[in-house]
Amino acid sequence: MNPPDGPDARFDSVSFDDASSDTASSDTVLFDTAFFRAWITRVADAVEAEREHLTALDSAIGDGDHGANLSRGFAAVMRTFDVSSPRTPATVLVLTGTTLISKVGGASGPLYGTAFRRAGQALNDAPDVDLAGLAGALGAALAAVRKLGAAHDGDKTMVDALAPAVETLDKAVLAGASPRDALTAAAAAAEAGAEATIPMQAHKGRASYLGPRSVGHKDPGAASTALILAALRDTAVAIEGGHSGADAGGDTRSGDGGEHDDGDDTSGDDTGSDSTDHVA
Amino acid sequence: MTADTDADDAQSAPQPEPHVGIVLVSHSERLAEGVAELARQLGGDLVPIAAAGGTDDGSLGTSIEKIGSAIRDADAGAGVLLLADLGSAVLTVRALLEDAAELNGAPERADDSGAAARDAASVGSARAVIADAPLVEGAVSAVVTAAAGGDLAAVLASAEEARGFRKL
Repeated sequence: MNPPDGPDARFDSVSFDDASSDTASSDTVLFDTAFFRAWITRVADAVEAEREHLTALDSAIGDGDHGANLSRGFAAVMRTFDVSSPRTPATVLVLTGTTLISKVGGASGPLYGTAFRRAGQALNDAPDVDLAGLAGALGAALAAVRKLGAAHDGDKTMVDALAPAVETLDKAVLAGASPRDALTAAAAAAEAGAEATIPMQAHKGRASYLGPRSVGHKDPGAASTALILAALRDTAVAIEGGHSGADAGGDTRSGDGGEHDDGDDTSGDDTGSDSTDHVA
Repeated sequence: MTADTDADDAQSAPQPEPHVGIVLVSHSERLAEGVAELARQLGGDLVPIAAAGGTDDGSLGTSIEKIGSAIRDADAGAGVLLLADLGSAVLTVRALLEDAAELNGAPERADDSGAAARDAASVGSARAVIADAPLVEGAVSAVVTAAAGGDLAAVLASAEEARGFRKL
């Protein structure tokens, strides 16, 4: 799918097979509530930083409100987190989705809102989630977006960024890649997918009214999906980086959401002992 | 809701059959209100009609809260048909209905067929379904069938027949 080489090929798929780096393998790293909250916070920051860019993309083929809509939506999510501190990864995502559906007036509200809600629901009540669980949640998000928007691959929508990301992540999980490598590859696949929408003709959304004139512009929804996957990568990298790569799983618990077993983290190997049953 | 909760009324007078309600969802508050005005004239006082146009702050867009509230207003006990104008209005209605279906115990099915997704969902106490139909023609067609006492399936079918209407 991705070009195997090129200026940005830090993570060609081969690296999954010999992922003998210093990062922990996927079955020991767990993502907790603080991780998911940090991810959404990064998304909010990225959306705000890229607001004008998203709006410019949307002005070319849409109604020019994608940047403003997402910015308003994620700002509302941040306020919601302040008011009702979510206690599980699932609640972080469900709360995010519910708020987006309520606060974004455009089509991205129900689409992203449903995507985050379904991702959260796929996690059940697990206090933390492994890489496979995270991949499953993103797969549930993709299925929800496909169903709600009735969009197919190549329709020039957010599906064209999300589908390759999910596919790449699933492959990385099967190959036993580290979360850092897996999420880096998924983010790159989303970015490549967004770029690939440029020559496409839109078949969904307002851009589809333009017919052939939608060709030559990047789809704003695919672009914002790539931002969300990049934020996920950055969150994983930041957490690993803060812990010298020795035990990223332990580090993800240090946030405000890990009250379930804060008392027993005297050793670094508590990951996966009490919670993976729920996830698997 | 209010029509069939009072036991005294039910005993003292024959209860009129409730009519299917209609909710009109548009990006524009005035467009939704305008179509509702037109439909009310055709449906008389029999058919409950509610408009859900624009965002919560009155600008162009869609509000899931307004839609939910309109569904409650339009439900007389016989169910509610929703018609939406474009894009996000359709998506927001569908997001609401799918969430409602899930809340009411339907197992999560990631790859529902289109047909299964069109089953009426229970929104609070109201059964609600969205029509794949043009807003104005669909509303006119639906309200006529609803006023004649058609059930939710009949009103849905009638609205969707409006897709084939030609003007010339």
